Amino acid sequence: MAKGLLGIEDLSRTEIETILDRAKSFQPAAGESFPRLDRLRGRTIVNLFFENSTRTRTSFEIAAKRLGADTLSITASGSSVSKGESLVDTLNTLVAMRPDAIVMRHSASGAPHFLSRYLTTPIVNAGDGTHEHPTQALLDARTILDIRDRLENLKVAIIGDIAHSRVARSNIHLLSKFGVEIVLCGPAPLLPKQLGEMAPGLTLTNDIRHAIRDADVIMMLRVQLERQHESTFPAGDYFKFYGLRLEHLSLAKPNVLVMHPGPINRGREISSDVADSQSSVILNQVENGVAVRMAVLERLLT
Amino acid sequence: MAKLLIKNGRVIDPASGFDQVGDLLIEDGLFSGIGRDLIVAGADLFDATGMIVAPGFLDIHVHLREPGFEHAETIESGARAAAAGGFTSVCCMPNTSPVNDNATVTSYIVERAKRNAVVNVYPIGAITKGSMGEELANIGSMAQAGVVAISDDGKPVMNSRIMRRAMETAKSFNLPVIDHCEDLNLSSGGDMHEGLVSTNLGLRGIPSCSEDVMVARDLLLAELTGARFHVAHISTERSVKMVAYAKMKGLIVSCEATPHHFALCDSDIRTYDSNYKMKPPLRGHGDLHSVIEGVMNGTVEVLATDHAPHAGSEKMQEFERCPFGITGLETALGLTLEHLVHPGKISVKRMVELYTTNPARIMNLPKGTLAKGAIADVTIFSTDHQWTYDVNRTQSKSKNSPFDGHAFKGGPIATIVAGQFVWKL
Repeated sequence: MAKGLLGIEDLSRTEIETILDRAKSFQPAAGESFPRLDRLRGRTIVNLFFENSTRTRTSFEIAAKRLGADTLSITASGSSVSKGESLVDTLNTLVAMRPDAIVMRHSASGAPHFLSRYLTTPIVNAGDGTHEHPTQALLDARTILDIRDRLENLKVAIIGDIAHSRVARSNIHLLSKFGVEIVLCGPAPLLPKQLGEMAPGLTLTNDIRHAIRDADVIMMLRVQLERQHESTFPAGDYFKFYGLRLEHLSLAKPNVLVMHPGPINRGREISSDVADSQSSVILNQVENGVAVRMAVLERLLT
Repeated sequence: MAKLLIKNGRVIDPASGFDQVGDLLIEDGLFSGIGRDLIVAGADLFDATGMIVAPGFLDIHVHLREPGFEHAETIESGARAAAAGGFTSVCCMPNTSPVNDNATVTSYIVERAKRNAVVNVYPIGAITKGSMGEELANIGSMAQAGVVAISDDGKPVMNSRIMRRAMETAKSFNLPVIDHCEDLNLSSGGDMHEGLVSTNLGLRGIPSCSEDVMVARDLLLAELTGARFHVAHISTERSVKMVAYAKMKGLIVSCEATPHHFALCDSDIRTYDSNYKMKPPLRGHGDLHSVIEGVMNGTVEVLATDHAPHAGSEKMQEFERCPFGITGLETALGLTLEHLVHPGKISVKRMVELYTTNPARIMNLPKGTLAKGAIADVTIFSTDHQWTYDVNRTQSKSKNSPFDGHAFKGGPIATIVAGQFVWKL
């Protein structure tokens, strides 16, 4: 299999720490931009997005450019994908043009894993279906570690549509490797009991107040209507039972961090006053996205 | 008079209880006797020393894809794959295009098989028109044209009232009803067994319960109607238990298991490899053991492959877009030996029953016997020769097998249909 980054599950704790440390060195000083380097000068990175994404694609693009690589972004609409070309053929066509790496997002779980068996070009998974989103988990960890000394023994509550969340899965894999106490919370149909077996030290609850109690970190997930194939929870009740509101924060640890992978739906899974509160580190996450992706691309290509 | 003498093999004929080393004589395509040290003037000889000589094996669950999907398989290629797997008779499911839901399609399949197939091909007719689950197909006409059972395999009849009518009608024509038991609402959108593995992989699950509720419904309808009912490719612990219970109650029910459901479970799936994608899906470890236990205690009376060829391009896609199904004809015997016979779970004789007398009885076919005067279909196999499966050398037109490169101990050696060798190792 080509060297790439397909998921967190296969990474060791040491590999994760190395990426996080390197990402820290890329963080810009206050008021400045990201460092401009030529580590990847002459390299070509293709961003292949079969699903719409503004933030992740932009973040990867900036990360690559800051390292001096040439980047090219392709989105599915208007490409040969809509003309019925198979995924393997699309990728083979691209590979024939000799990019050095492919950053890929796809709506099908495992699409990059499937391709990596046929291609030698390394693939970075920028989100596959409901499976993994490794760089998101890495930037989340970087964000926590910017504020807390260590991940060990923290209590992290992940709240929302866990069943359909690749962010949740990657975070479960990452945090569990560091001995974090993880609580998963969401409406019962979106919280299948098998989730509890994914890692040791994982608990499930349908009660948001229970999940948040004494939490060091609250990770809210976006309600992914596009991945739900049926009505699993009445939309009108969602915010009432699973929306994060200011009154909840008093249940958590005093310096609780509120995170969200974005884009946020104000008033659906998170109230505006929480999103804009002192506890919110949502924009720190976005900033760390670039630093972490720089570290990932550098690791891949040097 | 053409004569063939198969010498010195272990001849197993479950129908008569015969199980001894001996010689089997075939004359003019018919069995003419079993004996010791037979000397027959002018007979062709086949030395079966160290091999098993059994009645021709039946596979009552295959997809031959013709008419309509000849790029994946034809009656001719599927029959050759059957012969290479040691099968002399196959029953083909009706999900062709057009669906085998009327006597014209049935006759077409029968005619094509007569002309092109090296093994016996028995069509299974659809339960409902187009297998749409709404209106009964012309079951009587299809029976006259040659179908040996009815099934809407792959598109199970969801409407219980229509299933009831189908069972009543099938009974009146003395046909078994075979159901692919799956509640389509519960399984909707699923790609693999619902469990920890599917959760980890982010693939939508097909819960065991989607099979169980349909098995329960069908068993109740079989009791109500008195129909002969057969559960296709049973895969869950509860379904095996329910069939056992129904048999104990005296219902005329039976079930089959596929080799992949006793050989693999969901944790064996190579990540996102669509050659592990089929319905019912590879279940959990406990289900796998229940299926094996069912074979051992007699609840599962038939082994069948659910041979489901798909062209390479269809299977080389994102996992969730790939069609369900794997090929199975050429690996069935090897897997049965590996997982059931060699570990001592069943005897070789019992294995022969599972592929001969039992399926012949359930499908009401004059097969699975070495009796004098019967048409001479023979499966000769070994329990110890080493071989490796290579999909690039398959007789099938498709290569979608998870067992490519798998090393086997024992498997088919030669296949004889009506006295003629149709395949030899």
